[in-house]
Amino acid sequence: MVDRSPVTEDELHVYVDGELPADRREAVEIWLANHPDDAARVAGWRAQSEMIRSRYAAIADEPVPRRLALDRLSRGWRTWATVAAAVIVAFAIGGATGWMARSSATIAASSSGLEAMAEEALTAHQLYIGEVRHPIEVAATEAHLLPWLSRRLGLQLARTPNLQAFDLTLLGGRLLPSKKGPAALFMYESGSGERITLYVARSTEPRSSFRYKVQDKYGALRWSDGGYGWVLSGPNDKSRLKPIAIAIYEQLDNRGPTPARSSADQLISRRGS
Amino acid sequence: MSFRQSIEGTIPALRRYARALTRNAETADDLVQDTLVRALRSEHLFHGGDMRSWLYTILTNLNRNRLRSLARRPAMTPLNEDDAPDASGPEAGRRDIERALALLAEEQRAALLLVVLEGLTYREVAEVQGVPIGTVMSRLARARIQIKAHLDGERPALRRIK
Repeated sequence: MVDRSPVTEDELHVYVDGELPADRREAVEIWLANHPDDAARVAGWRAQSEMIRSRYAAIADEPVPRRLALDRLSRGWRTWATVAAAVIVAFAIGGATGWMARSSATIAASSSGLEAMAEEALTAHQLYIGEVRHPIEVAATEAHLLPWLSRRLGLQLARTPNLQAFDLTLLGGRLLPSKKGPAALFMYESGSGERITLYVARSTEPRSSFRYKVQDKYGALRWSDGGYGWVLSGPNDKSRLKPIAIAIYEQLDNRGPTPARSSADQLISRRGS
Repeated sequence: MSFRQSIEGTIPALRRYARALTRNAETADDLVQDTLVRALRSEHLFHGGDMRSWLYTILTNLNRNRLRSLARRPAMTPLNEDDAPDASGPEAGRRDIERALALLAEEQRAALLLVVLEGLTYREVAEVQGVPIGTVMSRLARARIQIKAHLDGERPALRRIK
């Protein structure tokens, strides 16, 4: 039995792109036979797809240029990684003095360090996003925000991630206590007033992939990299948080486009070309 | 298949997607190169899942970043519209579709190319772009309307629409 309910424009796209379930496909075909305008549109879209494919398909058959060979690229990458490692060591020396030495014994062997960090971040998130007048301690517009938090955390926070692509503007930040030492919380706000926080503290955890944690109606993605532990907290919506976390990861890697391509990038480009 | 091998197997498709996205061979391979470098460095962030979608995601994001920094330098124009004289025949058809793609908003172009050229499902495109499927569908619909208008010879009036 064919489902004869009217065909929507969305369905026509789904049909053209071959994603319509078989039982509905037949109904669409009957519809098109009786609706020449829709049939013409569908034919037009198909022709567009065909033009795009015939213009670009052959590129996948070209031999891959030598500069894209993975061996060459990982050579460039290792050079870059050496630079990055040196930079991270410099940061670590800059801040490793006081509390770090004191607390290292308790941190050691705690495999759930990041988990605990995510918990503290989510608790702070819940508390501070509800603040109307004082969500932050120091506003993003104040130049000492980053130097201050960097000094207190013993981390070199060169810049805060730019999340304008997600309609998120940095409000500012605050210093927080945590079991493992001081932590910083940066708060971003969207045009619609939604707030997202980024929590950072020193971490002795090995580099890790993104892990998701839910607490009440909030969700947090955490990861660690190069001695930093990061927690991005927001609504319990992993698919929304993940691209933001990836953007942060990329930018804090100093490989993001803002403010400019790093010298390491240029190095790799030169080597590759 | 190893991590590296699955990256390697995706390079031809990445080049095709990047070329259609940027319409410039040099820029496209730069983009692929940056994508590969990042993927190699980020192996620890890849936990299973679809390698292809992951690489498309990186490339799509890098391209968006690239366009954003281009936008801050008004002297450079990413549109390559005035270097080719009009002609008829298949060459003209190739340029027509290139120009039609050039006029699309970035996220519409990416959505359309991922579906039409790269064969991703709507769900995969939604993940690559970090938006709901409904948004992918409206991007596709708008892209197709725009392309049709261009091919039909209209001046596209809503060029910057999202």
